[in-house]
Amino acid sequence: MTTVGRTIFEKIWDRHLVADLGGGTGLVLIDRVLLHERTGGVALESLAAAGRAVNAPTQAFATMDHIVDTLPGRTDRTIMPTGTAFITATRQAAKAAGITLFDLGDARQGIVHVISPEQGIVLPGLTLVCPDSHTCSQGALGALAWGIGSTEAEHALATSTLRVMRPKMMRVTVNGQLAHGATPKDLALHLLARFGSAGAKGHIVEYAGEAVRALDVEGRLTLCNMATEFSAFSAIVAPDETVFDYLRGRPFAPAGDAWDCAVVEWRLLASDEDAAFDAELAIDAGDVRPMVTWGTSPQQAVPLMGQVPPGTSEADARALEYMGLHAGARTLGQPIDAAFIGSCTNGRLSDLRRAAAILRGRHVAPHVRAICVPGSTSVRAAAEAEGLHRVFLDAGFEWREAGCSMCFFAGGESFGSQERVITSTNRNFESRQGPGTRSHLASPETVAASAVAGCIADPTVLESL
Amino acid sequence: MEQFTTLTSVAVPLIRDNIDTDAIIPSREMTSVSKTGLADGLFAGWRYTMIGGRDPDPDFVLNQPAYANARILLGGANFGCGSSREHAAWALAEYGIRAIVAPSFNPIFRGNCVRNGILPIAIDPVPLAAAAQPLTIMLKDQVVVDVAGAVWSFEIDEEAKAMLGGGLDGIDLTLLRRDAIEAFRDADRVARPWAYL
Ligand code: SF4
Repeated sequence: MTTVGRTIFEKIWDRHLVADLGGGTGLVLIDRVLLHERTGGVALESLAAAGRAVNAPTQAFATMDHIVDTLPGRTDRTIMPTGTAFITATRQAAKAAGITLFDLGDARQGIVHVISPEQGIVLPGLTLVCPDSHTCSQGALGALAWGIGSTEAEHALATSTLRVMRPKMMRVTVNGQLAHGATPKDLALHLLARFGSAGAKGHIVEYAGEAVRALDVEGRLTLCNMATEFSAFSAIVAPDETVFDYLRGRPFAPAGDAWDCAVVEWRLLASDEDAAFDAELAIDAGDVRPMVTWGTSPQQAVPLMGQVPPGTSEADARALEYMGLHAGARTLGQPIDAAFIGSCTNGRLSDLRRAAAILRGRHVAPHVRAICVPGSTSVRAAAEAEGLHRVFLDAGFEWREAGCSMCFFAGGESFGSQERVITSTNRNFESRQGPGTRSHLASPETVAASAVAGCIADPTVLESL
Repeated sequence: MEQFTTLTSVAVPLIRDNIDTDAIIPSREMTSVSKTGLADGLFAGWRYTMIGGRDPDPDFVLNQPAYANARILLGGANFGCGSSREHAAWALAEYGIRAIVAPSFNPIFRGNCVRNGILPIAIDPVPLAAAAQPLTIMLKDQVVVDVAGAVWSFEIDEEAKAMLGGGLDGIDLTLLRRDAIEAFRDADRVARPWAYL
């Protein structure tokens, strides 16, 4: 008998497979269910209405991030007319179900994919689900974490399992080292530009290679975050010392003997040398340049130094028209109306630090509205402890409470129609940040530099001034 | 959920290909925190004379008196394509649709239908019953019969049949394995104590 190596995905899948349901579907044990007020309250209420209980309430968590206001001094009131109902319904449902809620005013509140690693809720080798498409971010910790629908969330809460169609496996190897100025966000956009937004369709993507191993946990979270833009089932990175060091001592991480026994097991999770993938992609990290999107799909991205490419499809033409750009236009120098730093992609402390390094001693251009929204209340507190809020405020940025804020349009606050926004978020879809807004995705550094310049600008050039 | 055995109803014909979930329930209609309150938004873009309004457009087939209580919908190919929002199935179910007959379905939408008590039946071409004449659907025999006695048989996978026939949603179906799940968790808790809170 030949032994066949297994991928990290297969190791986690095998470990969690309660029953093979046939047809490629498995009944999979779910270790963590995370909820937020936009979709979680619906799931909890509907579960309760059906007379069902949460099977493992200690392993479920809820937070307020999507609809809550991020203006200082916020309350349950929101700019979105029906927003308050989502907040109060989620609060009541979480309480009734006996699950931990990171409510407004709680020091642990924040964007679900930011607080889960912060609190040590996501751990290597776990299965974790959340009714939110960017749950893939959390694969950065070596967990099998993916976004689900609302009914699936009910299923996971009621049964501690999900019926899952087993995804195909892809490995994306990033060889070499990222060049100076190229960030994990640029790497994510580079992959999308190169392989297209359907590039990983239906696959669980394992990010591997020297450049991925060299990333800190926050950088890996940024990279994995955009796997859903890559149409992946989810993304995962083999957990290593970087991850263990990050998790040690976090509130919900194991401690003492449990920690030691966990780490022993976590070290075995990496894909075996002879493991086989259904698809493999490889790139050289040295090819990655600071990137920016020009269109309305994250794959419509070019190096900052580049030009808007000649449209090849109807979708390209439509995107250009929507964005108010033409083929051949230079991205650098496009005047902007607003700059946004935040989100589950780039709203962590390291993101804020790198943006602040560019903003220190500078001021945003007079016509630019600039907003910084920390990804969590604890990111905000840590940033304030280092004085970063002063840097943002002195530079003319708004300094907000934690949440998703204007990463997406919930029906309340938004940027104006046809306003050009440089943003550290993950989706540049039409009207994503408000009806008619024109979003350009980029790294926090590029957002900061552009805010100062008043137009899309290269942070590495600004650095040298 | 209500068991699906035999259903007799007039079938409302909405024979357009690629009816997407945004046509079934426009996102502007999804303002409610819950799964309910969506029936009024069903096909809102076509059903009412004005966007956001509630004045029925008499030309739209759902508004015609003959189809007022239709529980069967006849659709075009690739029914339910587009965004995977489950609200589409919720809105149809709340409106009272219990079966959709179409040449083909989007797979995610089809799964959402089954989970919400709606029987998706793929028949190509769809049996266009004489206007406002009822169709009878028998799940056990997997047939559709019209008043003239014409019979169409259809395929359905065993799990979907069990769920619809038993009035079970996905959770009920899984809970039939509750003992196995709890035994699995008990053993797993010993092997991976660190995973449990
Ligand atoms: S920050 Fe944006 S992408 Fe992330 S969870 Fe919130 S709305 Fe979604």
